[in-house]
Amino acid sequence: MNIIEVKNLVKSFGEFKAVKGINFNVKKGEVFGFLGPNGAGKTTTINMLTGLAAPTSGEITIAGYDGIKHIKKVQRIIGIVPDESNLYDDMSGFDNLVFCASLYGIKKGIREKRAKELLKQFSLDNAGKRTFKAYSKGMKRKLTIAAGIIHNPEILFLDEPTTGIDVESARQIRKMIKNLNDNGTTIFLTTHYIEEAERLCHRIGFIVEGKIIKLSNVHDLLIEARQENIVEFDTDSNGSNLEKLVISNFPGITVKSVTDHSIRISSRNRIEIMPFMKLFDNNGIKINEAKVIRPSLEEVFIKITGIEIDKLHKEKEGKKK
Amino acid sequence: MNKILAFWSILAKDMKNYYLKPPNISWGIIFPVSWTLMFFIRSNSDVDIRGILPGVMALSVLFGTTSMLAVTITFERRSRSFERLLLAPISLNLLMLAKTTGAIIIGIINAFIPVLFASLIIDLPGINWLLTFAGVVLIAVTSAFLGLFIAVSASEVFEAQTFSNFFRFPMMFLCGLFIPIESLPVFIRPLSYALPLTYGADMLKHSFNASGSISPLVSLLVLTGYSIALFTISTNNIKRKWIY
Ligand SMILES: Nc1ncnc2c1ncn2[C@@H]1O[C@H](COP(=O)(O)OP(=O)(O)O)[C@@H](O)[C@H]1O
Ligand SMILES: [Mg+2]
Repeated sequence: MNIIEVKNLVKSFGEFKAVKGINFNVKKGEVFGFLGPNGAGKTTTINMLTGLAAPTSGEITIAGYDGIKHIKKVQRIIGIVPDESNLYDDMSGFDNLVFCASLYGIKKGIREKRAKELLKQFSLDNAGKRTFKAYSKGMKRKLTIAAGIIHNPEILFLDEPTTGIDVESARQIRKMIKNLNDNGTTIFLTTHYIEEAERLCHRIGFIVEGKIIKLSNVHDLLIEARQENIVEFDTDSNGSNLEKLVISNFPGITVKSVTDHSIRISSRNRIEIMPFMKLFDNNGIKINEAKVIRPSLEEVFIKITGIEIDKLHKEKEGKKK
Repeated sequence: MNKILAFWSILAKDMKNYYLKPPNISWGIIFPVSWTLMFFIRSNSDVDIRGILPGVMALSVLFGTTSMLAVTITFERRSRSFERLLLAPISLNLLMLAKTTGAIIIGIINAFIPVLFASLIIDLPGINWLLTFAGVVLIAVTSAFLGLFIAVSASEVFEAQTFSNFFRFPMMFLCGLFIPIESLPVFIRPLSYALPLTYGADMLKHSFNASGSISPLVSLLVLTGYSIALFTISTNNIKRKWIY
């Protein structure tokens, strides 16, 4: 059963089209991920689904409600965790949670109990009395997530939940997302971390420049990826040199990428490493390491989007600064 | 029931976080007190004090309310916490009423600080308190919604405060608070009658000195009309600009 249905959704800012007519469904109980580089239109889409932005055209249905006309009904059953915190700096962690709960009409006794539970669950019980502005980045994100689920929403929207925070908090958050989903919450998340999408999501939509260019379940994507065999050689020679050698000696092999000292090759068939070792050796090139790369979603992503992962992350960090 | 709870929580949070914070409390008191003292010191008879009281009250409300919204709305919008309110399952109208009610209450309290001071100096017999209260409430509501209108139009707290002075200072002179409208140049008078504070102050003059010149019923209608218009324009602006 589809809990979210999106048809021909468009969002223009003046002349500029940020979202260019996307179509997708989210199934009840799944973790659905939007994966794409900075500026792809992920946040804009979440804003339209949650009622913070008005679509230019298109249709949204959430839990049977018209997501544009009856957004206030939709908002009762959804939780939203934005990419940057929107809690109150001068209020304590506990007061923030209690206030958020009251917006959903939760009675005093219940909301205070729930706030305490959540603080504990996110290992923030010692920070409950401190003001929000004194929290670290990771703590802030965790409290923002707690605030997003205080009313036990059926659907939780998470915009880049682990971007820019410490490893331990990120790990806790991923575990939390998994637990929530195991207990029946449908999750819609955006990320630019491929590994995160691979680990958490059942299905993924690749979004680039406002368009979904591929939508598939992660299992199938991985099978697709694993049809490719990849080997990487790390040497004391430079990559373009290696590339020339490989191309002229192994016509059936594809060169995927090179750096100033390594080369990554791929083939539909199993790659025998020995012939390459021999070839490099004969040309006086020292091999530091040869390794078989287990294809991940990263390979699929690069193939589909033509975007290098390094670039994806650099762009993002560039933006944060 | 759910909605009343949400309304009440937003109001209580604003009260606790902004209005009752020391800087705001002291401003809320210092402002009306200094107005009151300034005018009382300059007036040399009991009659004078009673005569200027409506004007001082009106000013207290105006200054106590309009800039409050710059804090509770413009500031929250900059820190993005306002988004959280927009994402809550309560209608925009109810949300904005919750955000303005705090300023209205503070405005009403501000209005009675000069009265308190005056009562220490002179006796205040024969005042129509019901009409006084109605006038004060109407001025507070209109000023709060004017503040809302300004806050929605501005993107910085500073901008909102500057913008509100642009409205407030002319009102001091044009609304018959201390200078009777009849003594203003003829060509300025239409402007006086276009400003809501004129009507609010006139209601207070009726109740304090029976010196009002506009029927209180007309004032009531005009102020109600102003309030509805300012509120509607503001919520529409929010829908257009913030739910972009
Ligand atoms: N309010 C806005 N006005 C104009 N352009 C915007 C606005 N919000 C987003 N955009 C543009 O829309 C595109 C998509 O942005 P966004 O949805 O934030 O991307 P993502 O979340 O995938 O990084 C970007 O090019 C961004 O600059
Ligand atoms: Mg984003």
